[in-house]
Amino acid sequence: MNVIHFFAQHHQEILELTLEHLWLVGISTLLAVLIGIPLGILSAHWPVWNKPVLGTANIVQTIPSLALFGFLLPVPWIGARADRLAILALTLYALLPVIRNTYTGIRGVDPAVVEAGRGMGLTGRQLLFQVELPMAVSVILSGIRVAVVVSVGLATIAAAIGAGGLGEFIFRGLAMVNNQLILAGAIPAAVLALSADFGLGWLERRLQPR
Amino acid sequence: MEPTPTNSPVIEFRDVVYLLPDGQTLLRDLNLQVQRGETLVLLGRSGSGKTTTLKLVNRLLSPSCGEVRVNGAPTADSDVIRLRRSIGYVIQDVGLFPHFTVERNIGLVPRIEGWPADRIHLRVEELLRMVGLDEKIASRYPHQLSGGQRQRVGVARALAADPSILLMDEPFGALDALTRDQLQREFLSLQQRLNKTVVFVTHDLREALRLGSRIALMESGQLVTVLPPQEFLRSTDPLAAAYVQAFGEGLNSVATRGTE
Repeated sequence: MNVIHFFAQHHQEILELTLEHLWLVGISTLLAVLIGIPLGILSAHWPVWNKPVLGTANIVQTIPSLALFGFLLPVPWIGARADRLAILALTLYALLPVIRNTYTGIRGVDPAVVEAGRGMGLTGRQLLFQVELPMAVSVILSGIRVAVVVSVGLATIAAAIGAGGLGEFIFRGLAMVNNQLILAGAIPAAVLALSADFGLGWLERRLQPR
Repeated sequence: MEPTPTNSPVIEFRDVVYLLPDGQTLLRDLNLQVQRGETLVLLGRSGSGKTTTLKLVNRLLSPSCGEVRVNGAPTADSDVIRLRRSIGYVIQDVGLFPHFTVERNIGLVPRIEGWPADRIHLRVEELLRMVGLDEKIASRYPHQLSGGQRQRVGVARALAADPSILLMDEPFGALDALTRDQLQREFLSLQQRLNKTVVFVTHDLREALRLGSRIALMESGQLVTVLPPQEFLRSTDPLAAAYVQAFGEGLNSVATRGTE
């Protein structure tokens, strides 16, 4: 009862922080997609790039999130504002699943289809945009889905460096030993993660090549 | 209409060698000419170099030495995209685009060549009839078709932009015997009407005898002999004889051409 009461009382603030959270996750996912898909294509088409690209993304993934926030703090421009810093860190974490799934999706296209396309005289660009990417789209989307779900969770930690988002409630609640405050951050974050998972999962199934 | 062989070959291999990057020789000193309107069958077991030979024509592979000429011009000097669009290509696994309907699959090359939509539509209908498929099939996806239908669509797609050359890599290899027989028969009647220059890869002597105007026998990357079907049956070449032996009785009735 207490929790519901708390939610009703603070709905304005919860909404604001949820939107802030969404913004952090949305911008960083967008950046990760814009950078990750080309890198995935690069490593799928030119195997020389495969190891350095995926290796780097893998290493970034192993850096603990608080440490990464700390590392980025002294970086000029980025470190000047907490939200920039948080977005950069979240982008870096989201890169791996996007790159890896783009790579896997493109490498997974039936070689006979690619060969037929090349034999018919499709240019590399036509092959990529008309054949490879459309056929890999559901695998790529599932990578984006993982990235979003992970980002929603990670973005709560961004509050530690003052970037806002639902983590505000969680950190405040931890400091004040107030479970209601923690839940006010954790429940909306969980709802965000689940709905992103569900929505993107649905889209993924819709776009599944037959 | 009988093929009208002219003096200049449509496809010509001159001292062609193909090596893998690791130095393994897949093809050595290949000299071969394909005349206008003929169906040249490349016969051999797997690894004999027949598919390699085929892929050298549309430059999916490039020769390590020597040159391949198509319509008199070395393929190395020609625009590879133009070259491939002027040559139909059919493979055993068909390679239909699973996310495109039959109509889009067949109409792909015309579309990227910038044909107007209504002309593509008419062409697709014409091609479907040509390969013995119902026009209603145009809106279906490849996974909704049977193996035989898929391969017919594959042939229709290769013919879409009306290429004068057709490369076929074991197109009927994965089909059941009845469907294969039917498609072979249709291939013959289609070839009689369209008179394309065809290079056809198979490991099946029966198919080679039935479809080919000449049979090029290959073994371990080398061309053993090139003979019309009837002569192939009478050949004293040990490998050709071994093939005839292996495929057994009744081959004479299959070999319809090559007595001229």
